[in-house]
Amino acid sequence: MDAVVLKDLGKTFGKGAAAREAIRDVSLKIPAGGVTALIGPDGAGKTTLLRLLAGVLAPTRGELQVLGLSLPHDALAVQARAGYMPQRFGLYEDLTVQENFDLFASLRGVPYDQRSQRFDELLALTALGPFRRRRAGQLSGGMKQKLGLACALIQPLELLLLDEPSVGVDPVSRRELWSIIRRQVAGGHVTVLLSTAYMDEAERCDRVILLHEGRVLAHGTPGELRARFEGHSFVLHARQAGARSLQARVAQLPGVLDAAIQAEAVRIVMRQPQAPVIPAGLATGAAAKPVPPRLEDAFVSLLADSHAQPAPQREGGTNGVRAGDTVVEVHDLCRNFGDFAAVKRVTFSVRRGEIFGLLGANGAGKSTTFRMLCGLLPSSSGTLRVAGVDLRTARAAARARIGYVSQKFSMYGSLSVRQNLAFFASAYGLRGRDRVQRIEWALEELELREYLSVNAGTLPLGYKQRLALACALMHEPEILFLDEPTSGVDPLARREFWARVNALAEAGTTCLVTTHFMEEAEYCDRLVLMSLGEVLAEGTPAEVRRAARRPDLPEPTMEDAFIALIEEHERTMRRSA
Amino acid sequence: MRTMRLTGLMRKEVLEIFRDPSSIAIAFLLPLVLLLIFGYGVSLDARSIAVATVVDQPTELTASFLAQLQHSPWFDPIRYSDFGAAERAVLRGDASAVLWLRSDFTRDSIRAGNAPVHLVVNGVDPNQASIIRNYINGALQVWMAQQAVASGAPMSVPVQADTRVWFNPALRSRESLIPGLIAILMTLIGALLTALVISREWERGTMEGIMVTPVARTEILLGKLIPYFALGMGGMALSTAMAVLLFGVPLRGSLLVLAAAAALFLLTALGMGLLISVIARSQFVAAMIAIVTTFLPAFILSGFIFDIRTMPLPLQVLTHIIAARYFVAILKSTFLAGDIPALLLANGAGMAILCTAFLGIALARFRKRLD
Repeated sequence: MDAVVLKDLGKTFGKGAAAREAIRDVSLKIPAGGVTALIGPDGAGKTTLLRLLAGVLAPTRGELQVLGLSLPHDALAVQARAGYMPQRFGLYEDLTVQENFDLFASLRGVPYDQRSQRFDELLALTALGPFRRRRAGQLSGGMKQKLGLACALIQPLELLLLDEPSVGVDPVSRRELWSIIRRQVAGGHVTVLLSTAYMDEAERCDRVILLHEGRVLAHGTPGELRARFEGHSFVLHARQAGARSLQARVAQLPGVLDAAIQAEAVRIVMRQPQAPVIPAGLATGAAAKPVPPRLEDAFVSLLADSHAQPAPQREGGTNGVRAGDTVVEVHDLCRNFGDFAAVKRVTFSVRRGEIFGLLGANGAGKSTTFRMLCGLLPSSSGTLRVAGVDLRTARAAARARIGYVSQKFSMYGSLSVRQNLAFFASAYGLRGRDRVQRIEWALEELELREYLSVNAGTLPLGYKQRLALACALMHEPEILFLDEPTSGVDPLARREFWARVNALAEAGTTCLVTTHFMEEAEYCDRLVLMSLGEVLAEGTPAEVRRAARRPDLPEPTMEDAFIALIEEHERTMRRSA
Repeated sequence: MRTMRLTGLMRKEVLEIFRDPSSIAIAFLLPLVLLLIFGYGVSLDARSIAVATVVDQPTELTASFLAQLQHSPWFDPIRYSDFGAAERAVLRGDASAVLWLRSDFTRDSIRAGNAPVHLVVNGVDPNQASIIRNYINGALQVWMAQQAVASGAPMSVPVQADTRVWFNPALRSRESLIPGLIAILMTLIGALLTALVISREWERGTMEGIMVTPVARTEILLGKLIPYFALGMGGMALSTAMAVLLFGVPLRGSLLVLAAAAALFLLTALGMGLLISVIARSQFVAAMIAIVTTFLPAFILSGFIFDIRTMPLPLQVLTHIIAARYFVAILKSTFLAGDIPALLLANGAGMAILCTAFLGIALARFRKRLD
């Protein structure tokens, strides 16, 4: 039996000129059982589709059947048998873990005498047992997400709809979330449909649906999708100079669709199933080695025709050999909020033109460190200098030398793209021709022209982010701070984003980036790995990975390194305690 | 199962009320502060009015009249040497009126009925000006009557009005303001609080989480209505207790009638709050709509301060859709006069109609949907 049947399904938001088609004529069947991943670029319609299936949006056209019931007519009946976890799951933050459980158990009609057993199961499953009496608002990002999932699982269900369940979650929590999801489908009675921006997650699903601009571009098992691009993927090892400069150059070779950094090598996806022709002197001399395709390769290839050409690729980076003067210096930086030490004795320095990464899970202290560097938050102790001054005490003129893209969307949602750009240009004191030129530059460089008169609040995530970047770059700052710029952004947009950052760094702008995507570490010249306010490791990506090398793990990925370093750190902490 | 969902929602609401002090503040702190301000601070009575007095020729008579003013609680006479000085005192704001007793202020001129008393009143505040004019005229009448009795000559007073003030014999404005204020407070608690807490759920995304469960929309609405009804009745009880115990406002009607009227009004206000929250999905917008469409009309158009009968006709018509109008009428009569069946019935019916309308529209418009 099919868990979900869609026939010519369409959903349009708004009317007249403002109408926007989020789902266009989707016909699809999702068989019962297993995990199906919904992937696609931002604004592809993933959330809309999940909301339609959950019965909280009414379709504009077409038929929609969930668990044999037709929507929106039988919404209540569907909701009794299907669980849904929204992307930004609204837990009641003032309520404790237990009280959130109680509420959702009542809403789903779990009999009182069965509750304690079910709660114990869920607490064991999510390892939230010790936090039963803690308010949801005081849990870490990963724990909140697990609680949200547990609330959706409070009653055995037939269909589970999860909207980006692992966004912003640290690698350890992500593994836990996945083991919970896997357990649900193990019995064969539960169907899980989830959207994700992580291709490695989609790879592990039973089926994948690729959405693009409201249409289904492809669907099938990950193997089927990969098989379509057999022979397109290659790996090329870099020389001493580093993978990033190689990546930027390889991306411009004829026939190359995509080039991404993978540890010390560059992964290449070709338009046609033939090896890339590598000019002499570019790489180690060895030819590009064919490798089996990954789902991400298929994703990039499938979208290549319909998606805007990803990112202006520039003459590329030099990975670590940019020998500029030191522009950011942080020494023994601490920040306490009451009893809670958010940042503990953090020390690092950044050189001009570098891409410097702060990696860590939610709650690691990355954003707090950032806010102190930008002078938005005073430090509790320690010293910091940015562009030679302490922004906390420096005059406004010094702040004109930095740009800041905050983690939260901080544009004016009800102003159009043009109005936002105009506002930020004048906020930075640009006038007359300078202002016009700079706005033109932003529209051109960040490809925002298409959305010129669209309100910023309704832009797809990736475009919101471009707009934020454009606004932060209005005054051509020396140092750019980017706080979680790629959170929840799809692979193509992320790649495009990193290409932009790379180009900026090439032009001499120092970029400080926080991220919880471990593989993005490879795009940084140097980085620090943070956990619970402390720096666990500092160095180039290769150095950090090397530090986590074990006999049983000779070639650790950045994610492996992160988990290993955290575990080791916890052991030391226990020993000293 | 239905009751389980409802109790679950209500329990959640109660927990949130206790965890988040802002709801408690609106329900209990707001009445406390507003009642204290209105009870002690705001008064529509004229008391201790500074009156500049100018006497051309001090005599026994002028001294006697001025002594009378001096003893009155309403006036604070200040002597000035001439009219010019008194005029400057008014311009400076030191005095609200000038009382000028001309040189021929004599027994004869009084008897002849043309005592040359010149009264200049600052008309910037017309309400106070007319009070001053009437008070001084009254004081003059009383004084003249006393003079007539003292001299044995019957003064010609054509009609002697025998005045009685019913329901508020001391004419204290506090006694009519405080019952009216309770209606304003209930509007705030009912409409503003409900609108805010529901829009907060939209803002935080918790509404989406609730909507995807098999909960019925009536359960969502009742889950909000019942806890905030209880909270509002608590605020009502506090306000009534303060009115009676602290400010000495009499409660001449029955407590039962008061409670029933309050319950009906609170439901109406909650209905308005629910309706607002159907339209507004951010707390800011909800608060703005609540203040403009419920609080301000209740303040201005309910007869709380401004008499409805003196309003232009279109406004008078408009007041009929202001629920607070009916509640103010009931509150004033229940506190000051007692239970008047006809008045209760008419105003109760007005509230009942509005209550049904607001709750009905809110229920009809509330959808378990995001679009």
